[in-house]
Amino acid sequence: MLSNFGITFLSITFLTSFLLIYLSFNELKTANNKIPKKIYNFSSLQLIFTILSFLTLLAGFVVSDFSMSNVFENSHSTKPLLYKISGTWGSHEGSLLLWINILVLFSFLFLFYSNNNNKKFQLYTIIFQNFLIGTFLIFLLFNSNPFSLLFPVPNEGLGLNPILQDPALAIHPPLLYIGFVGSSIYFSAALAALISKVETKLFARVIKPWVSLSWFFQTLGILVGSVWAYYELGWGGFWFWDPVENSSLMPWLLMTALFHSVLVLERRLGLYSWVIILSILTFTMSVVGTFLVRSGILNSVHTFANDPSRGLFILTFLILMVFSSIFIFFKYSTTEKNTFKFLSKEFFILINNWFMVFFLLVVLIGTMYPIFLDTLFGTKISVGPPYYNFVLAPFLIPLLFLMTSGPKFNWISSESKKIFDLVFFISLFIFLAILFIVKEKNLIVNLTLIFSIYLTIQSLNDFYKAFKNKSINLSRVISHFGFGLLIFFISINHILSIEKNFNLKVGDEKNLSKFLIKFENIESYKIDNYQTIIGDFQILNKKNLIKKNLKPEIRIYDQPKTMTYEASIDSNFFSDTYLTMSNVSDSELFNIKLQIKPFMNFIWLSVFILSLGGVLNIFKRIKKV
Amino acid sequence: MKKNKLIIIYAVLIFIFLILYLSLDNKKIYNTEDLVGKKMNEVDLLYFESEGTFNTREIFKNKFVLFNFWASWCAPCRKEHKNLIRLSKNKNLEIIGVNFKDSPQSAKKFLEELGNPFSILAKDPDGKQSINFGIYGIPETILIDKDSNIVKKYVGPLNLKDVNEIRSIVEK
Repeated sequence: MLSNFGITFLSITFLTSFLLIYLSFNELKTANNKIPKKIYNFSSLQLIFTILSFLTLLAGFVVSDFSMSNVFENSHSTKPLLYKISGTWGSHEGSLLLWINILVLFSFLFLFYSNNNNKKFQLYTIIFQNFLIGTFLIFLLFNSNPFSLLFPVPNEGLGLNPILQDPALAIHPPLLYIGFVGSSIYFSAALAALISKVETKLFARVIKPWVSLSWFFQTLGILVGSVWAYYELGWGGFWFWDPVENSSLMPWLLMTALFHSVLVLERRLGLYSWVIILSILTFTMSVVGTFLVRSGILNSVHTFANDPSRGLFILTFLILMVFSSIFIFFKYSTTEKNTFKFLSKEFFILINNWFMVFFLLVVLIGTMYPIFLDTLFGTKISVGPPYYNFVLAPFLIPLLFLMTSGPKFNWISSESKKIFDLVFFISLFIFLAILFIVKEKNLIVNLTLIFSIYLTIQSLNDFYKAFKNKSINLSRVISHFGFGLLIFFISINHILSIEKNFNLKVGDEKNLSKFLIKFENIESYKIDNYQTIIGDFQILNKKNLIKKNLKPEIRIYDQPKTMTYEASIDSNFFSDTYLTMSNVSDSELFNIKLQIKPFMNFIWLSVFILSLGGVLNIFKRIKKV
Repeated sequence: MKKNKLIIIYAVLIFIFLILYLSLDNKKIYNTEDLVGKKMNEVDLLYFESEGTFNTREIFKNKFVLFNFWASWCAPCRKEHKNLIRLSKNKNLEIIGVNFKDSPQSAKKFLEELGNPFSILAKDPDGKQSINFGIYGIPETILIDKDSNIVKKYVGPLNLKDVNEIRSIVEK
């Protein structure tokens, strides 16, 4: 029953996107400068039906309707309600439906809220966006239909992968999708702007809020993903340079470059073609990421059950998309003259863009190189953190410095400014005080510390000034402040982290230089849909004699049969004590990993502050329009 | 000028997309389950003590071979070692040990303490060669028949049940 509804709703959505393309093309020929009401109506209709199709699938999960194969494969009647709901986007098919919902939502929002008095531009954007919607709907209906039926109807479902049963992960995909699927709207707008030869300043003004919006959600999505990896995967880290993480970072870097460039374009200072390229590239990289994750080329926690036809479809779509947008770009783009004054604000933004492009290339090469090597020569390598840290870390230092100094300069003028001011010396002093405590010897780490402190203090100083002088861009100040803090706390965390690995039996004690760990007891329970083994550990800090009680877990899930290791984390604001335990088969021993991770909460907080700057940008826009 | 640029960009992209297309079929080597029933990859392994390498397909033709991946730092390896010693007494079977990401001294100490069940001892100090066997982590053990086909794959330490299973396969 639900399945029929779902398919009907999706078919209507498809029909409306076809109609929207048809009507918009017809409308382009007419002379009046007003978009007719029927286009607005069809767009609303499209949004209603796509949301209905999503709600239908959601209902299927909530009532455990196992006649739908997608519900059968990804849910179980005993699963808690939250995870039944999040199961809707926990599978390939369901998450693709979410994709389409976001494509449609942005098409609708753009039509209704981006009133830019340029009919041709607006209509072309809707046409391109609906091409995207239509293609993805074909993919969904013919290859990955979430509403396919199963007969005979099974009594029970197979269950959702237990490591995905986590509150952070329930909201991670929607956030990330709003981010990178949201970038589709400025992809469409960029192509539309080329064809309709829209005025450059108008284009910048129109896409700016959408870039900020997608950037904000992308940042939050990455943050939640990291938090999940830290708490759930039990490795004690928050960023692993996993190819899948890289797939979310690459669009983020492009979005960051994009909204800096938009600031330049907004003031008619050039970079028009560059902004167009970045807009196209952001969504392209998002689709590349989707291809890597969905095709099964990469192995990771995100890989859904594989089906080669999916990869082939996404690849075909990607090829068509890339080739046609390059063709449109070359056909319609005009050469422009960029006159950048040395040491002007736009000059620094241009340099920022080069940094982002460099980071993008490093991450892209690190992600793709193993795939190429494997395909061409059959050699298997994995590119891990050492490569990224080695190549990226030194470049963070000049980036931090430029982030601090660039904003001090004015638009257009080439007036030089004092760079090493009082704030710098205060920062240097704070650094020396910190160095005295942490005693770090690595030059790059120390330089990163100095310049991240400098950026943080400078931003604080600007924040103070912003209240006196309204001309200071508060969203920039907040984001730069968050970034400075982020790099600072990552460096400190890197310096002060401790990791110890050992085997213990129940009753044993382990004497480390700073800690005494006692394995007190072990208990086993049956909870809902899993069996748990909980270890009871006393950790004594020899220095301050504080005792901590930690209880890491091993969980054995029934549906599907999987083992997961739950870290026990004692978070006392400044530092996390992180304990994981894994069983050594057929023995009394347990493998114990103790990690001390300082300032984890501050790392999360910094990213949150970073993202807040983006929100401010969205609201500022709305007020002015 | 514009046309030339376009052609170059298209050419580069066609190459990239071609590779991605080819890579679609070229995957899952990490999925150990898929290896069972297939012929084993030819891999050159380093001898543990002496210089040089040997090829995994060339040695012990017409005999069952058991590849065991272990390290002295791996607690479950210690646990399964007595079972390897048991198996080493079987005349139809040769055991090749691959010492995985280990220091030579502690590996030697480990064998001195617990005994050496291996007919040949190889090493894979950076873990790169083991990837060809689809090794996720250690201990892992792979049983190869007389024609170099992978018969069985054991992830985790061998227990007595596994030992009996290996014996029955080898003696058939």
